[in-house]
Amino acid sequence: MTSHVSTGVLSAEGAPDGPAAAGPRKQRRAGGIPQQGSATPWLFLAPYLALFGAFVVLPALLGVWISLHDWDYTMPRQPFVGLENYVALFQPDSVNFESFWGSMRATGIFTLFSVPLLLVVPLAVALLMSQNFPGRNFFRAVYFAPYVLGVAVVAVLWRYLLDNNIGLVNYYLGALGLPDDTAWTTSTPAAWVALIGVTVWWTLGFNAVIYLAALQEIPAELYEAARMDGANAWNQFVHVTLPGLRPILSFITIITLIASANMFGQSYLMTQGGPGRETRTAIYQIAETGLRNFQMGDAAAMSYVLTVFLMAVSVVVFFVFREKKEAGK
Amino acid sequence: MSRLTQERTVRRAAGKPAKSDKPAAARKAVRFSVLTVVAIAFISPMIFMVVTAFKTRADATGIPPSWIPNPFSLQAFETILAPGGGTPVLQWFTNSMLAAGLNATLVVATATLAAYPLARMSFRGKNLVFGLIVATLLVPPVILVIPNYLIVSSLGWLNSLIAIIVPTAASAFGVFFMRQFFVSLPLELEEAARIDGANRWTIFWSIVLPLARPAMATLALLAFLGNWNDFLWPVYVLFSPEVQTLPAGLSTLQSANAVRYDLLMAGAVVASVPVLVLFVFLQRFIIEGVSRSGVKG
Repeated sequence: MTSHVSTGVLSAEGAPDGPAAAGPRKQRRAGGIPQQGSATPWLFLAPYLALFGAFVVLPALLGVWISLHDWDYTMPRQPFVGLENYVALFQPDSVNFESFWGSMRATGIFTLFSVPLLLVVPLAVALLMSQNFPGRNFFRAVYFAPYVLGVAVVAVLWRYLLDNNIGLVNYYLGALGLPDDTAWTTSTPAAWVALIGVTVWWTLGFNAVIYLAALQEIPAELYEAARMDGANAWNQFVHVTLPGLRPILSFITIITLIASANMFGQSYLMTQGGPGRETRTAIYQIAETGLRNFQMGDAAAMSYVLTVFLMAVSVVVFFVFREKKEAGK
Repeated sequence: MSRLTQERTVRRAAGKPAKSDKPAAARKAVRFSVLTVVAIAFISPMIFMVVTAFKTRADATGIPPSWIPNPFSLQAFETILAPGGGTPVLQWFTNSMLAAGLNATLVVATATLAAYPLARMSFRGKNLVFGLIVATLLVPPVILVIPNYLIVSSLGWLNSLIAIIVPTAASAFGVFFMRQFFVSLPLELEEAARIDGANRWTIFWSIVLPLARPAMATLALLAFLGNWNDFLWPVYVLFSPEVQTLPAGLSTLQSANAVRYDLLMAGAVVASVPVLVLFVFLQRFIIEGVSRSGVKG
């Protein structure tokens, strides 16, 4: 891999801040080169900041404002209601209570089962591929290919393959002597199996590729040393591979978590949120509430509640990995 | 390093059993078969999609499912591509190309420009700006959807392609990606040019940009793919058939033809061909772009 692997991620310093890159270069920059005019950096930044301000910062703030109003897009006035939209989400007799928490439950179920699978299966695939062998790039490309198709193609394709009556999946299950009449998209828990399975098929390659790059960063000497100390394969995996993957593990966990919590297309196209509303996820519910029924105040409040949940889980993940790192030292 | 040691180290790197009594050939065979079985599970659905697109309506729902169209038929494509059929797939294709192409151009241009001073200049507010940009990487996109709908609506962009091109071009990932690249470039060339009296813009334009081409190409590809496949946003901000992108159009196609799988697979093929072609020819850039984003994260 290239040198920026070792580059500090969150540092805003101008130079690489790895130990190797410190010292002379920084000094030279600070002292040797005359500074540019004070407007220059801002001119470079201006086009991006215009977009960033208009479509990231402004909406992030506007969202809070919307959530404090009875914001019906189709009405001329949007009266201020304070925290009512939030309060309503926690009152069992309110209109949105059941549909919202039902959708949060759906997102929860999906996340709970898809994230562990998307952490473990791609790692297994990456381990199988981490050795150089003929055809390795071919396999890597094949596993990655579904990801480039996008969720719409993947979901439409699998709804066909999972069709109760004429689908390929039920046909081959029957040929193997297994039940051949599972209603994959119209009954639970089969629909969950379908949604989670398809998501794994779709994004396995993405995570595997990230794992693969990280595996190649682990110095071979560490394995050699572990072997000298008499470590068997499992010990090596636990004491060399996993610690070596730890930084990437927290990264993959968090991006997979965010992706799963944002699941929408699979449910929208494969199950239409059904049966009933069982597989209608939180994002689906928020989009329908805000952008179909135009109850934007409610939808904005829902999106912040979901965000709080997500951030809480992300913080937990972050600390779990940090804890382990310190304990391992 | 001899072949054998090399192989051992790598095998170790793979965390595979290291029993030296088991012949390496057998282990290789096991690994190869596992990988092959998984590969078949990955490829065959895509093959079946293409096969079905060339079937007749009856053949597409026939039992047992056949892997060869009989007869080979272009009916499905003719139906969905027919002008005035309510599902203007060719128009969707053009829309998607236009949207993804312009969006990728905008992402690369703005992110490259913004990343350069963040990597190479020192100025007041730099840490604040970069911190803010990186922080938004962790903000779930859902909280932006409702307010962005209102912003796009007040700009008069609802139901038009510009809504798909501009708002998503504010790519925090792009800035992050390009900044990491600039930071990894050696400073010497820029310093030499500076001593020769070149200004910042000249240095950026004639020295840095040519070196940045591979990174820009990778970012362009990732942005193109992301925009081409974006689903939720186009589904809700584009209403008329003639302005839709392919993923949103596929959803329309599906609700209009629930079990016309021949038509749906033909539509899916049209939506897949450009990205699969890009992938086949440029997969190294795409995969390396993704894996680099991970290693850096």
